[in-house]
Amino acid sequence: MRPTRFKNPQAEDGQFQLRLIVAYGFMLLMFCLLIARFVWLQVYQYEHFSTLAQNNRISLLPILPNRGLIMDRNGVILAQNYSAYTLELVPSKMPDMNATIAELSKLVNITPRDEKLFKKLLGESKDFESIPLKVKLTEEEAARVAANAWRFPGVQVKARLFRDYPYKELTSHVLGYIGRINQKDQERLDDEDKGTNYKGTNYIGKTGLEAVYEDDLHGQVGFEEVETDSGGRAIRSLRRTPPVNGNNLKLALDIRLQEVADKLFGNRRGALVAIDPQTGGVLAFLSKPGFDPNLFIDGIDSQSWAALNNDWQKPMINRALRGTYPPGSTFKPFMAMAALETHSIGMHDVRPAPAFFTLPGSSHQFRDSNKNGNGSANLAKAIQVSSDTFFYKLAWDMGIDKIAPTVGQFGLGRPTGIDLDGEASGVLPTKEWKAKRFARYKEEFRRWYPADVVSIGIGQGFNSYTPLQMANGIATLANDGVAYKPHLVQEVVDARSGKSRLIAAKPDHVLPFKQENFEYVKAAMQSVLKPGGTAWRLGVGLPYTMAGKTGTAQVVAIKQGAKYNASALAEQYRDHSWFVAFAPVDKPRIAVAIIVENAGFGAAAAAPIARGLFDYYITGKVPGSISGDLKTVPLDTADDAAAASD
Amino acid sequence: MTLQPHLIKRLWLAIKAPLDGPLMLFLGLIFALSLVVLYSANNQGLDKIDNKLVYTLLSLTIMWLLARSRPQSIMNFAPPIYGIGVVLLLAVHFKGVTVNGSTRWLELGITRIQPSEIMKIALPMMLAWFFQKYELSMRWWHYLVAAVMIAIPCALVLKQPDLGTTMLIAASGFFVLFFVGLPWKVILGGMVAAGASMPVVWNMLHDYQRRRVMTMIDPMEDPLGAGYHIIQSMIAIGSGGPWGKGWLNGTQTHLDYIPERTTDFIFAVYSEEFGLVGNIVLVILYTLVLSRAMMITAGAQTLYGRAMAGAITLSFFVYAFVNMGMVAGILPVVGVPLPFVSYGGTATVTLFVGMGMLMSIGNARR
Repeated sequence: MRPTRFKNPQAEDGQFQLRLIVAYGFMLLMFCLLIARFVWLQVYQYEHFSTLAQNNRISLLPILPNRGLIMDRNGVILAQNYSAYTLELVPSKMPDMNATIAELSKLVNITPRDEKLFKKLLGESKDFESIPLKVKLTEEEAARVAANAWRFPGVQVKARLFRDYPYKELTSHVLGYIGRINQKDQERLDDEDKGTNYKGTNYIGKTGLEAVYEDDLHGQVGFEEVETDSGGRAIRSLRRTPPVNGNNLKLALDIRLQEVADKLFGNRRGALVAIDPQTGGVLAFLSKPGFDPNLFIDGIDSQSWAALNNDWQKPMINRALRGTYPPGSTFKPFMAMAALETHSIGMHDVRPAPAFFTLPGSSHQFRDSNKNGNGSANLAKAIQVSSDTFFYKLAWDMGIDKIAPTVGQFGLGRPTGIDLDGEASGVLPTKEWKAKRFARYKEEFRRWYPADVVSIGIGQGFNSYTPLQMANGIATLANDGVAYKPHLVQEVVDARSGKSRLIAAKPDHVLPFKQENFEYVKAAMQSVLKPGGTAWRLGVGLPYTMAGKTGTAQVVAIKQGAKYNASALAEQYRDHSWFVAFAPVDKPRIAVAIIVENAGFGAAAAAPIARGLFDYYITGKVPGSISGDLKTVPLDTADDAAAASD
Repeated sequence: MTLQPHLIKRLWLAIKAPLDGPLMLFLGLIFALSLVVLYSANNQGLDKIDNKLVYTLLSLTIMWLLARSRPQSIMNFAPPIYGIGVVLLLAVHFKGVTVNGSTRWLELGITRIQPSEIMKIALPMMLAWFFQKYELSMRWWHYLVAAVMIAIPCALVLKQPDLGTTMLIAASGFFVLFFVGLPWKVILGGMVAAGASMPVVWNMLHDYQRRRVMTMIDPMEDPLGAGYHIIQSMIAIGSGGPWGKGWLNGTQTHLDYIPERTTDFIFAVYSEEFGLVGNIVLVILYTLVLSRAMMITAGAQTLYGRAMAGAITLSFFVYAFVNMGMVAGILPVVGVPLPFVSYGGTATVTLFVGMGMLMSIGNARR
């Protein structure tokens, strides 16, 4: 309200001088305070800080948490830790590194590979970091180095935990592996503000569940502040915060079932995914061939890497997750659902199922797999005998706009959301998809032709799905449209409290389809295993109910008028053998999708694997052909295992 | 040929004329000392020394140009500079480059600029200009207008978020108000209000900012994470002892334990190698610079001169105090370089611009 006292220059001057003095005094006072702080730090606390500085390298020791274990649904350990000695060097403490290594090699067997890996790590690390020269010393070697430690400044023998995957190839595409933290991992950790929690940690999950559940598995690093003498030995601990061990993962997967599947596959290539339709839990997840993940933990040597990489069977590719294949006739149950839901056909409508199908005004013959055709059939019989011409015509009548929306709801053509990284989405063909896919081509390639839909009707053409999507789709169908997100991990068990966190305990969504349509298609699939069905042999002596569908996916197109002759084709060009199935029919406990690459008819190669798998899962009976080879399944308790898996 | 010595002498006199002798002497000593420390901090590399010489020479030129201008002419640039500063801050807000979660930079094709740096000078200039203009018709509401002028850039910089720079800008504005005669009652009232609003401010802080404050109170709370920098720099200072470990002999420095050791934490390097004695020498040099600057402020003839010189002086003090206080673990970690010692072009230019204006004000009374 009142004007500032500014009209009086004299008073104003006095006021200004006073303020200058106040400001100057304040500055001097603050500087004195600072000097006082310096005196405290540099005179009174000198001894303390001097000690800390001298032993700085080990004044704060991170204490590593134990990485969480991974076990199957019955508690069988799939990924574990074991303690072993490592020989580590701190370059900045060593007068002559090469001489030291030469001396050490007289005490310890240091291979050229060890040295190569060491040199590589040396380039990536800082001078004062402890770098392993040799991991997994024998007790004797460790003792020898320890006894001579005084001769080698900067050389340490440390006890460390190592990761081990006892089932090797069997779990490679599920668990993935951990590996040494590299520059890229470190940058990502720093970006996510997790760098602190990885102090002293050398390993991180690189692929598979090890990577996806990294945050759970890793735990919380602890630390210890220690005073040490000039030799680097800890004298006393000043303060200790214990680490929090990583959480354990309990999978839905049953390692015994996984092994049965693996043995039934033998040396053939392909993939198998088995899902519990009522929970979405993945019971078996196989991609053949696999690889030994233990090779990757400490950096794979170039020889093994080249062997894996150049193998024409591509063992590193996760076929179940990333392999996309035309589904062949295993697509037909989904087609049938689409036809019924869109009222494109009645349940009892009988239509011709001849030897070939031609489009109006065209001479191109879409042939049936049965060279004589199947006469005529209703929808159920067309599934049972797998009539192609019936489905060609059906697809032609429906058009893609009636097929894709229904089939898409079973999860085909998009990632299922399983707890693994890098899932392929496959292709559920639509007009929009084609326009986008061929956007850079001429209009004639982009346009949707009515004829495009014909081969899609039997699971060929642009159709392309992963075995995981097929298994998920069949599980959803088996469960009358109650869909779960497939998940490998069932529970995350807290290391401290022992409390479990359940993964995906509730249905993801429910398909809005009629129950009678589900019943109809499931019954038709059941008839596939009955006399007259394409997999009738599988149904012989079946002690439980089972439904399935065979499929044969073409790898190369066969010329008009020519005949498919497997023996005349190179192996890679032979057809893929598919089988999808679930059992028991009324209350499904297991649904499976199996593809055996280049193995011909679905009924011949893939279907018997499903029968063996289901026999073991439902009755506990190990198929006779493989019973001698199993190492995970104690035969006398096989029945208990089946009971425990409920 | 015979004329050459004469010409050189004339040139020397022309260069020397606008410069303030004592200030140049003290700054020169600090600068010499900074080269010695930088050589050690940069592991005896000469590249950063070269760069520092180049941008210091550039800054000196700007300082010289300012020093030989009349304060009146510089003052007239206040509104446009302030305006441009605000526009640039707005541009940062909408189009800035984000590094480590804060948006402080503006990409200009060839180079990046940090508009908040401009504000450190532009805001006190603007305020001093404003109070000079209304010197004879001052009313209480002029302070309100001034408060808005302070609030605008502060709000924009706080949003980036850059708490450290916000406080420095706010402080430079407050210093102007202080020297133009903001009533003591208001100052004390403001301090009480600020104290009372601490809990509210605490709630508004970002997590990382809170962490820094907590780290200052107890660095051992998180010794491998947020507390790491402070613990390591305190170890460096403390282990330096009364006499220091000697030039190039700092173990903390040369084993990579001091973070940002050529920029914000260079004082830890200095302190480790030159000890308490070195610290006292540096504080005395800073005190001499401040004393000389205070003398110039005391002799300023206009309200603008007093306010601007006072604000430059006090800001300079704040930079030095906050940096050393932070490295010594009595203030939270904020990105404030040590004046004339830390490596970095932008901050150096700002400092020399301030010194140039100070000299210009000093010259005006002659």
